[in-house]
Amino acid sequence: MLKIRNLHALIEGKEILKGINLEVNAGEVHAIMGPNGSGKSTLAAVLAGREIFKVTEGSVEYNGKDLLDMAPENRAHEGIFLGFQYPVEIPGVSMVNFMRTALNEKRKYFDQEPIKSSDFLKIMREKKALVEIDSGLTNRSVNEGFSGGEKKRNEIFQMAMLEPELSILDETDSGLDIDALKTVAQGVNMLKNEHNATVVITHYQRLLDYIVPDFVHVLYDGRIVTSGTKELALELEEKGYDWIKEQF
Amino acid sequence: MAKDQDKILSEVTQSEYKYGFVTDIENDVIPKGLSEDVVRLISKKKEEPGWMLDFRLKAYRYWLGLKMPEWAHLKIPKIDFQDVIYYAAPKQKADLESLDEVDPQLLETFDKLGIPLEEQKRLSGVAVDAVMDSVSVKTTFQDNLADLGIVFCSFSQAVREHPDLVKKYMGSVVPYRDNYFAALNSAVFSDGSFCYIPKGVRCPMELSTYFRINAANTGQFERTLLIADDDSYVSYLEGCTAPQRDENQLHAAIVEIVAMKNAEVKYSTVQNWYPGDKEGKGGIFNFVTKRGLCMGDHSKISWTQVETGSAITWKYPSCILRGNSSVGEFFSVAVTNNYQQADTGTKMIHIGKNTKSIIVSKGISAGKSQNSYRGLVKVSKNAESARNFSQCDSLLLGDQCGAHTFPYLEVDNSTAIVEHEATTSKIGEDQIFYCNQRGIDTENAIGLIVNGYTKEVLNKLPMEFAVEAQKLLQITLEGSVG
Amino acid sequence: MDVATENKKISTELSDWYFSSRDRLMASSSSLINAYRPEAMEVFRELGIPDQKQENYKYTNIGKSFLMPFRKYIEPKKILFSVEDLFHCDIPDLDTEVVLLVNGWYYENQNQLQTLDNGMIIGSMAVAAQKYPDLVKEHYGKYVDFRTDGLLALNTAFAQDGTFIYVPKNAGSNQAVQIVNLLLSPEDLFVQHRNLVIVEEGAQAVVVVCDHTLSGNKFLTNAVTEVFVGANAHVEFYKVQNEHNDSQQVATTHFHQERDSHVNFNTVTLHGGLIRNNVYAKLNGKGADNNTLGLFLADQNQHVDSYTFIDHAVADCTSNQNYKGILDDKATGVFAGKILVRQEAQRTTAYQTNNNICLTDEARMKTKPILEIYADDVKCSHGATVGQLDENALFYMQSRGISCRESRLLLMYAFGHEILKKVTISPLRDRLDDLVEKRLRGELSRCNSCSLHCQ
Repeated sequence: MLKIRNLHALIEGKEILKGINLEVNAGEVHAIMGPNGSGKSTLAAVLAGREIFKVTEGSVEYNGKDLLDMAPENRAHEGIFLGFQYPVEIPGVSMVNFMRTALNEKRKYFDQEPIKSSDFLKIMREKKALVEIDSGLTNRSVNEGFSGGEKKRNEIFQMAMLEPELSILDETDSGLDIDALKTVAQGVNMLKNEHNATVVITHYQRLLDYIVPDFVHVLYDGRIVTSGTKELALELEEKGYDWIKEQF
Repeated sequence: MAKDQDKILSEVTQSEYKYGFVTDIENDVIPKGLSEDVVRLISKKKEEPGWMLDFRLKAYRYWLGLKMPEWAHLKIPKIDFQDVIYYAAPKQKADLESLDEVDPQLLETFDKLGIPLEEQKRLSGVAVDAVMDSVSVKTTFQDNLADLGIVFCSFSQAVREHPDLVKKYMGSVVPYRDNYFAALNSAVFSDGSFCYIPKGVRCPMELSTYFRINAANTGQFERTLLIADDDSYVSYLEGCTAPQRDENQLHAAIVEIVAMKNAEVKYSTVQNWYPGDKEGKGGIFNFVTKRGLCMGDHSKISWTQVETGSAITWKYPSCILRGNSSVGEFFSVAVTNNYQQADTGTKMIHIGKNTKSIIVSKGISAGKSQNSYRGLVKVSKNAESARNFSQCDSLLLGDQCGAHTFPYLEVDNSTAIVEHEATTSKIGEDQIFYCNQRGIDTENAIGLIVNGYTKEVLNKLPMEFAVEAQKLLQITLEGSVG
Repeated sequence: MDVATENKKISTELSDWYFSSRDRLMASSSSLINAYRPEAMEVFRELGIPDQKQENYKYTNIGKSFLMPFRKYIEPKKILFSVEDLFHCDIPDLDTEVVLLVNGWYYENQNQLQTLDNGMIIGSMAVAAQKYPDLVKEHYGKYVDFRTDGLLALNTAFAQDGTFIYVPKNAGSNQAVQIVNLLLSPEDLFVQHRNLVIVEEGAQAVVVVCDHTLSGNKFLTNAVTEVFVGANAHVEFYKVQNEHNDSQQVATTHFHQERDSHVNFNTVTLHGGLIRNNVYAKLNGKGADNNTLGLFLADQNQHVDSYTFIDHAVADCTSNQNYKGILDDKATGVFAGKILVRQEAQRTTAYQTNNNICLTDEARMKTKPILEIYADDVKCSHGATVGQLDENALFYMQSRGISCRESRLLLMYAFGHEILKKVTISPLRDRLDDLVEKRLRGELSRCNSCSLHCQ
């Protein structure tokens, strides 16, 4: 599904990603861990197409297409979803309007008619039930005045609505208490099937108790320095990131 | 409780001005009035070179064609410019060999003001240029600073010893044509401070100028020029007081700052000119043009002012952000009481790319005073990605005073982000009650709240000054501010 | 020619016109309207057309508009047209009493003065002044102070006709009175109408004013509307401006509010060449509440200048202003808002915000929110911003698959909707939502409501 080869990226002249190699296949869950500043969020943003990062070298192939060549919205249409570490507040834009527009733009991309209002509202209802999000939240403006937990839950709700193939969850666990963490993880697990894949970016092992990864990668100083199975996450938790820093 | 509060607030107005004494000293005074001859006389007294006289005369002739500006939110009584003495100097030897030659009366005066001129008595961190009426009395620590290549001296001395620098920069930031009072100052200014920080030097001590008006019927017209060369840093302080007199006295000053590449200048003012009595009699008319030019990339000029004195304040310390990524800051606390009037604020002119400015203004009005914030944020066409944030708060103590906000935002570039916020309020009764309930009386509560309210600005002052400023606020609002 | 000479020339021309047509002017109008003319003319001769040296007109060169050779009339030119053919209001389900002003004159083929079942009187200002002199005299010219602005003086000197609305004590309904200002002429025209709305104690009124240009000529409008809002009365007043690029308009609306009265005033400027809207509100009775809102969309070389002056004259009043602007192309915008809290006006609550978005490098915005406060027990604040669409929000939307263009539109729409959502009449709100969206998509032509499609 996703093949990253020797990816280099910089921001304001400073190189953050220094040659990332990663392959993700359908049905897999990958966890990317690493200390602060190692480039985790940059990798997520580059995959989603954030323009402030400049890719200087390497390639990203997504379902046989050159991902780096696509506009951010087209990447979304093709099935890439980024769960933001800091979901953005958009005052005045209602969640309903936001989601309907997103869904219809995707349909347009695939030459489909816009969704009927009644059908749309039905999907909204189903997905809301699925991720257990309060109607109170979806009736408000996008993320406006949401608590940290509500924002993250809203990200998972949008993920459910958009049914992505590749979900990249950037520090979805930050700022969540244990109950919120469980709900969010539950949502992610529920949406998982053999056709889609998930990349979980996290600083802590905690989230991986609930979203069990098939592969764990450690990102340090812009490179994936080691990869393994979920045991690697536990080892990392035990020994701390200094262990990585010493080794590399 | 409201009654109680009113009573305390009215006591505020009873406080006395502590620096109102007069030094009895023999003065060299020229006759009242302003004319070309007077301008020539001042220049002659100061033994100035011809180019200085030319500058003065040009300014004077230009001034003759101007009218007093009327746009400020101030009621200014008619000023008779012929009824002012434009030069008064304590009589002393022209060139002092040592401090022993300074008139002991003068030393005592500055001692009394808390500005001892004997270096051993001073806080070692501060160098002072002490200006009384029209002349600089003494500049301390000059030798220590000279070792680093820093020039810190009176303006007159600079004209004599550094004419190239003066010629190059005097009037480059505030041209004599700038405004009415700038033209007047350029014609008759008598002394002031001059400072040059060479490339790469971080000035190790605070530089400071203390202005004292002493002689009666005299106007004070000082001029300060501060040049910070590439990669240098200086923190500059300015303080001022005047005797208590029934007549209004005129003060019209100019401060020019030039900051080159990567240079940073902090300019702090504690203005405590005599504000007039509680009936509004007397006090200084304070018309000041202060402006800094961020000439080089990444330069920074920061104005901090605590304005408590003067009957009328007309003052807008400004920054011209010409260098790319240059930064301008303005932090102000302006307190008016009794019949004081203040119209003060800043101008931030964004010209370079990625320029940033921040404005924090805290006005406190008490008694029958009027306190206005007036500010301009201008983003020029080529000032890409300029950013400004302004916060202007006003606090009203009593129902006879006024607080006004006149911000102008002119944005000619779409990549700019300019934000202005302002609030006006009185001290909340719930806040006072909360304090009362915790055992703090109303007087102290108001003090606490005012202190909290001004903290953001006072924190920007160098340490010695912050304490001074806090004390000054207490005196100005005495009775209510703890 | 410099500005001063130009303005002198304009003033002389206009005052010459006044003196040469004075007899006919006087003969055409009620004596109570005539009574104001001589002094107003005198004031105009003294003040002239405001130039940019005047603080209130600092950013708008209105004199330039007056330099163009407009035709001026002191009686209506016959314009023959069928209303149905030319104009139909696109607000479905809006139950309104529609009246037409054509080039500033109350349109002749309609009832000149009608009294509704609930006692409301709607009709021509000129006719009302003849028929109900006592009522008109009590309010006409009493609120607008023509000594403060040459253009107000000019309007007062020439005032002849306009719309008159009277809602008697405790009367009124939610049915809106819709005033349609049509500009339609084969020649370039200077138009000055004068309107009076009297809403007595406890009464209710909803007024919707729509400005339209129906021919491609140049128009210059200098209109004044006085609104008296009696104690405990409630007024909803909407203004929708949709004129073409060759139109220039100065519109002054003055609300005089008594005790416990409520006013919601909302101006939506969709289109227009040069627009200057003046809003004055005097809160003259305790408990009065004023909400003044505005949204303007400007592109090409359009210029929209909004000036508001809220005068808190007595205690315990509340006011709130919220103005928003979206500027595209080389458009220029101005907001100058002043809140005056007089010394007696304790316990005032007054808020003001002005937010603007500049979409291009050449769009310009000047904003000047002013607080002038002489009372201490007040809660006042103002805020102003000039910025762009939020890049983070744009990226967030794009990452959800919404195209850049669509994301921008959504954000702009959301930005403007904050003003529109305050429109309490839902059919009008829906229509305005629709118009704003169309305008943002570039689908709203200046001839939108005209079936002639002359250009």
